[in-house]
Amino acid sequence: MSSTRQKVGWIVAGVLIVLYALLPVAWIVSLSFKKGDDINNKKFLPDNWTLDNYRQVFDTDLFTAALRNSIGISLISTLLSVVLATLAAYAIARLEFKGRKFVLTTALAIAMFPTVALVGPLFDMWRSLGLYDTWLGLIIPYMSFTLPLAIWTLSAFFRQIPWELEQAAQVDGATAWQAFRKVIVPLAAPGVFTAAILTFFFAWNDFVFGISLTATDAARPVPAALAFFTGASFFQQPTAAISAAAVVVTIPVVILVLIFQRKIVAGLTSGAVKG
Amino acid sequence: MSAIRLDNVSKAFGSNEPVVRDVSLDIDDGEFVILVGPSGSGKSTLLRMIVGLEDVTSGDVFIGDDNVTGKAPRDRNLAMVFQNYALYPHLTVYENIAFPLRLKKTSPEDVKRRVQEAADTLDLGDYLQRKPAQLSGGQRQRVAMGRALVRDADAFLFDEPLSNLDAKLRGQVRTEIARIQDKLGVTTVYVTHDQVEAMTLGDRVAVLRKGELQQVASPRELYDHPVNLFVAGFIGSPAMNFLPASVSDRVLSLPIGDVPLGPELAAAAEGHDMLLAGLRPENFEALEMVPEDHQHLGVPFTATIDVVEWLGSEQFAYIPLDVPPEIRAPLAELAEELDMEQLRTQLVVNVSTESHIRPGQEADLWLDPRAMHLFDPHTGHNLTLPGS
Repeated sequence: MSSTRQKVGWIVAGVLIVLYALLPVAWIVSLSFKKGDDINNKKFLPDNWTLDNYRQVFDTDLFTAALRNSIGISLISTLLSVVLATLAAYAIARLEFKGRKFVLTTALAIAMFPTVALVGPLFDMWRSLGLYDTWLGLIIPYMSFTLPLAIWTLSAFFRQIPWELEQAAQVDGATAWQAFRKVIVPLAAPGVFTAAILTFFFAWNDFVFGISLTATDAARPVPAALAFFTGASFFQQPTAAISAAAVVVTIPVVILVLIFQRKIVAGLTSGAVKG
Repeated sequence: MSAIRLDNVSKAFGSNEPVVRDVSLDIDDGEFVILVGPSGSGKSTLLRMIVGLEDVTSGDVFIGDDNVTGKAPRDRNLAMVFQNYALYPHLTVYENIAFPLRLKKTSPEDVKRRVQEAADTLDLGDYLQRKPAQLSGGQRQRVAMGRALVRDADAFLFDEPLSNLDAKLRGQVRTEIARIQDKLGVTTVYVTHDQVEAMTLGDRVAVLRKGELQQVASPRELYDHPVNLFVAGFIGSPAMNFLPASVSDRVLSLPIGDVPLGPELAAAAEGHDMLLAGLRPENFEALEMVPEDHQHLGVPFTATIDVVEWLGSEQFAYIPLDVPPEIRAPLAELAEELDMEQLRTQLVVNVSTESHIRPGQEADLWLDPRAMHLFDPHTGHNLTLPGS
């Protein structure tokens, strides 16, 4: 039967794609469990499984400080960016004001700027402003790059929400703020989560700003810190330790996706108006 | 519960032509008033000005004795049912109905009692824990009404609430709305473009045209004594026939024949050489179906029938008509205003279903001129209104 054959085809194709996508990850995970010279054993799996690399990673201040920085900076810039983007996107979607299009296109233009082109000037500015090597010094550029994307995503979501809902809420006795908070925001939740995830990933994975605008443990995030890893001796490659660190920083991302995946359900608004 | 008063209310968006002009309307406490008109007549805008979703450009809106012109919707204590229901999709039916109460910080016991009451009235008891997406169109409509009912609002406002329902359901919900309004005796303003709703629901009907109030009257009054061509053409289905007519010597010449005028009609027609005669389809009958002793009251005539529509309970025949050029312009304008597809140059007559009228053949018809209206083709005024 062609339908069974089709099914088998789909499964095979699916497995191939998943394998292709996951192989590098699996390789890193396997590397992170290899002990000492095992990394040269020319095998996929380690000869001797060990947690030494993880222990070593968490023992170094370089990594733990960087992890603290990464978590703090990413969360703060995500939070700020989502709150600001929600308000801005709502205004863009709902209010008729001059320069609405201008704001949107400018936001898009900013998002298209190559980060590398900005790093040099920012470095100079941050030094003279005293923002160099501080959390704020990273939060600001992260926000300016993620806000446009968040505004675009969210304003698309807000536009889908029928305006009548808000008017109904106002007639029902809500203030503009109550209508926004009790009706619009819950309905835009999938959009808010999408924007939050995009923002968080950008901040979490950033390397260019992280390495250029920081100098010490005070603000250096994990991706930048990985570059400063050294082996146990001068002659030893820190590959295994870096792999362990990479696995550690991947975990929050995976968890985030699993948590929010359920929240990002489109079509939440179905049934609001006629169907 | 309160009366609503509109005092010379106008609305213009920006510097455009006003969409509502100088409307004054008194709605009594407990009255059911319909705002009706073709699309673009400003009826929805007027309703939205009453509820406060649209600013009033000039004029005043009173609810009871309060001038609410500048007040926000939440301070007007009105309940509105939207065309698209506007249910909150993330809340259950229960929470949707409870929403206005929660905003007022009503105690939980009170909320429960009142939601339950509203649900009982509307037969929604089984659906309280569902989300709006799981309901049918008619049920959603009822939830939207529940949200209005639960509030003890001063008045109910409906904005074309039935336009998204299919024809069968529309009739049911219409009866339901009439029943609830009757039971609660709440002042109600109801916007529709459907004249069946207008005629069946309202105590009074306000007809709007291009933002101007044409006539406010009971449905029967509107039907029997329309003030002008617009109201006459809008109310009634199929619409009133307008025939070009000229008067000479107390005889009205219509394209289908001459009609002798009684003293009242003759007085009304005086001073006009060109007129429009308004005749409803039911003012006609097949001659064979008119009792002998009745025939002298009307005018018999023959015409070639174009199309016959047999609807079971009634039968319509269409007769093509020539219209002189000087009458064509006002009629074309009227047709456009009434959202009609084409200029009507035919006569629609309602004949008994037992009559033997065949398409494409000559037929003997009979016209009863007693309910005839005469209109001035230029101003559109009805010249035959009692007392005019």
